Amino acid sequence: MTTAPAPAETELSTVLRIDDLRVSAVGGAEILHGISLELYRGRILGLVGESGSGKTTAGLACLGHYRDGLVHTGGDIEIFPRDADPFTLSSLTPDGRRLLRGHRIAYIPQAPALSLNPAIRVGEQIREVLDVHGFGESPQERAARVAEALEDVGLPSSAEYQRRWPHQLSGGQQQRIGIAMAFAMFPDVLVLDEPTTGLDVSTQAHVLDTIRDMTRKHDVASLYITHDLAVVAELADRVAVMLRGDVVEEGPAAEVLARPQHEYTSRLLAAVPDLPGRKDLSLATGSISQVQEALAEVSADKTGETGAAADASVVASAATESSTGLGASDSTAGAAGQDGFLLDVKDLGMRYGSNTVLNGIDMTLQPGESLMLLGESGSGKTTLSRCIAGLIDGYTGSVRLRGEELAPSTRKRSLAHRQEVQYVFQSPFSSLNPRRTIGESLTVPLEMSRRLPRSEHRATVEDALDAVRLGRSFYDRRPGDLSGGERQRAAIARALVNAPSVLVCDEITSALDVSVQASIVGLLGTLRVERGLSILFVTHNITLARHVSDHIAVLNKGVIVDRGTVDEVLENPTHAYTKALLEDIPQL
Amino acid sequence: MMKLVVRRLVLSVFILLAVSILVFAATLLLPGDPARAILGQQATPERVAALSSQLNLDQPAVVRYFLWLGGLFMGDFGTSTSFGGPVSELLGDRISASLVLMVLAAIVSIPLGLGFGIWSALHRGGKRDKSVTWVSLTLAALPEFVIGIALVTIFATSVVQILPAVTMAPPGTPVWTIPSQLILPTITLALVVAPYIARMMRATMIDVLDSGYVEMARLKGVPERQVILRHAVPHAIGPVAQVIAIQLAWLAGGVVVVEFLFRYPGIGQALIDAVTFRDVQVVQAVSMIVAVVYVVVNLLADIVGIMANPKLRSAA
Repeated sequence: MTTAPAPAETELSTVLRIDDLRVSAVGGAEILHGISLELYRGRILGLVGESGSGKTTAGLACLGHYRDGLVHTGGDIEIFPRDADPFTLSSLTPDGRRLLRGHRIAYIPQAPALSLNPAIRVGEQIREVLDVHGFGESPQERAARVAEALEDVGLPSSAEYQRRWPHQLSGGQQQRIGIAMAFAMFPDVLVLDEPTTGLDVSTQAHVLDTIRDMTRKHDVASLYITHDLAVVAELADRVAVMLRGDVVEEGPAAEVLARPQHEYTSRLLAAVPDLPGRKDLSLATGSISQVQEALAEVSADKTGETGAAADASVVASAATESSTGLGASDSTAGAAGQDGFLLDVKDLGMRYGSNTVLNGIDMTLQPGESLMLLGESGSGKTTLSRCIAGLIDGYTGSVRLRGEELAPSTRKRSLAHRQEVQYVFQSPFSSLNPRRTIGESLTVPLEMSRRLPRSEHRATVEDALDAVRLGRSFYDRRPGDLSGGERQRAAIARALVNAPSVLVCDEITSALDVSVQASIVGLLGTLRVERGLSILFVTHNITLARHVSDHIAVLNKGVIVDRGTVDEVLENPTHAYTKALLEDIPQL
Repeated sequence: MMKLVVRRLVLSVFILLAVSILVFAATLLLPGDPARAILGQQATPERVAALSSQLNLDQPAVVRYFLWLGGLFMGDFGTSTSFGGPVSELLGDRISASLVLMVLAAIVSIPLGLGFGIWSALHRGGKRDKSVTWVSLTLAALPEFVIGIALVTIFATSVVQILPAVTMAPPGTPVWTIPSQLILPTITLALVVAPYIARMMRATMIDVLDSGYVEMARLKGVPERQVILRHAVPHAIGPVAQVIAIQLAWLAGGVVVVEFLFRYPGIGQALIDAVTFRDVQVVQAVSMIVAVVYVVVNLLADIVGIMANPKLRSAA
């Protein structure tokens, strides 16, 4: 189902028109079911959708590029350049399409660190676009354009800077090189594929400013692909929402975001965490999965979120579950040390060579408390969580659990200590062994702890799978068959089998879609109540604060700069860094 | 960068010292008495004892090791018991003959392996890729003497007689005076080495071709040829250099069989003769030479790896 392009406002001039575009997997299912979109000069169209919705495929199709295994099966794309006659992509020869790329239509990729060639100097990479497309009359003119493009995006244009390698730049600078490269030839159309994913909020704010200015200044029609609705709200003039290869809604940004017409759009909006914490994310997830399920029946397509869909039914029986096998933890998990703290970190420091990563960290966790450890990349938050979990040794200071000193490395910790502190990794795509079934992976910690007789292993693992709302039917499945959200649930279940009292969650939702993130956040809340778990939630996403935590600690350059209850920190931040952070957050 | 190279260099020296200890210890275990081997079975015990003390054989093993090691540093590889003269004199010509063979094999096999690897990766999954895979796996599975004998059968005996089956040059003349006799040994070694290089190049090229920067280069409108040569190949070369190094180093040992097959007067032949005649000093010298080749070639590969990676290059 496609919506017709919104009635063209008079001042809008079309630069690119996608007409009933269809793309299929080679010899397989259709990926895009005939989408139609229009890009207007000087305007940004935000194309939002969750992973697998086909938004990147649609974006790359604008450049006449289809990734391996995909084939263009119908529809066409028409381009109306400033200074030439309109033409369609299908009328071009392969070489003609190549000359179009980087010239009339430019692309800004998701991960700048992966998209800049690490063995070519950055100036040279911009220069290459000019050389390939024969910019200007002379080498001097091209060199001048390289410098100009760099200055346009706010980077130094000096010869020294141009001679740097990509790895010598920060993530934000790398992305601005990508933007400079895209604008080098003064394109008509710009396709941006999640260009700020993986950047810190303050860096993201700068990059978004650059993109907005450049789009206006050069009068370019932009297609901004993202899963982040808050960014769209900040940047886009118009919004198109994609769901499984269809555009379900399209219109002016303010209208779509304020008064969504399609049910999926409203569910998507409901799943976005908000700083005031007024939304109930767990409600959003239930209904999103219901919408998806309904759609799955229609399209007879494999749905990735059956686990989340099962939530409603399983929640009802959750109370009874925790009294079985795993329930043994309940009596111990609640207990704390004599000073009242379950986990007590004192004066923790860590250095790699001369580089101090953490300095004088004091932190406490009470039984059943959820603490958010907030920090940007490079702040030392992962190092700190790994020190606490004993995955890194060689730190100074002390980590106490119920008043007992924990050895600095898991190898030296007692079995009981190791079981008590469990760790969930960021990416569920790499933390589960793809060759083992979920059941096998989840049995490993039990084999290590020898806490239970072998005969009880299966039952315990199945209980854990029930507890994370996956259900025991996942026991014999392999990670490859699971969606990202299901994998992360399995990873959480693995941390639960040994009945820990502290769960260290290292950015566990940052690789997931918003609706899946909402369901995981909901799950953590339930587990806290059911099992009296204490949670250390490590993240860069401050908007989650009110949804997951009671307390918050803000980490900057290895030092905790702000701490307190969530309300205190969000309403009265004391440190300049926290204030700046709060200002840079894109809001719906 | 210099720091990294120097560190590798220092490490290499220690590796060679360790190898020298192992080689010396291993040759101690060889049966037979060198003094008796030189003098023959009829020698009187007094003459054997006299020669033993002349060769320092009556000294403890540790002392003999340091005497030998000191000699190595001054280019004195000891005295050959079967040949009678200094080992260096015996091996001089043979080392250059073997080096010629190795260098020729490298010159042929490296471009061949890299070329087929790249070609194969570009046609991934297609007929061309599959045929390269089949041929290279088959060649890799065959021992070098089988390849050598097959080549001799085809080009020197039954099918066409256009190349010499064995080395024709009389002893004492350099092998390159008759170039045609180098062709079959070179091709044999190249066919043994090239498949590994091709396989490795194919694997790393496929990784690189799937990378974001290659896709980005295409989306910038860079012509395909330039995408491959400028954006992809430099990244694939680094890991492949290591494989090439191991293969070249293997050549230093692998030439033993091939030299024997073609009666080629290189160090391989010398080693076989020395083992047959219990010529301990020659065995030690050849082993050390092979070790030096291994270390030097791997050092070169590390330097290529550093050169191909700006991150390492600018680290120091």
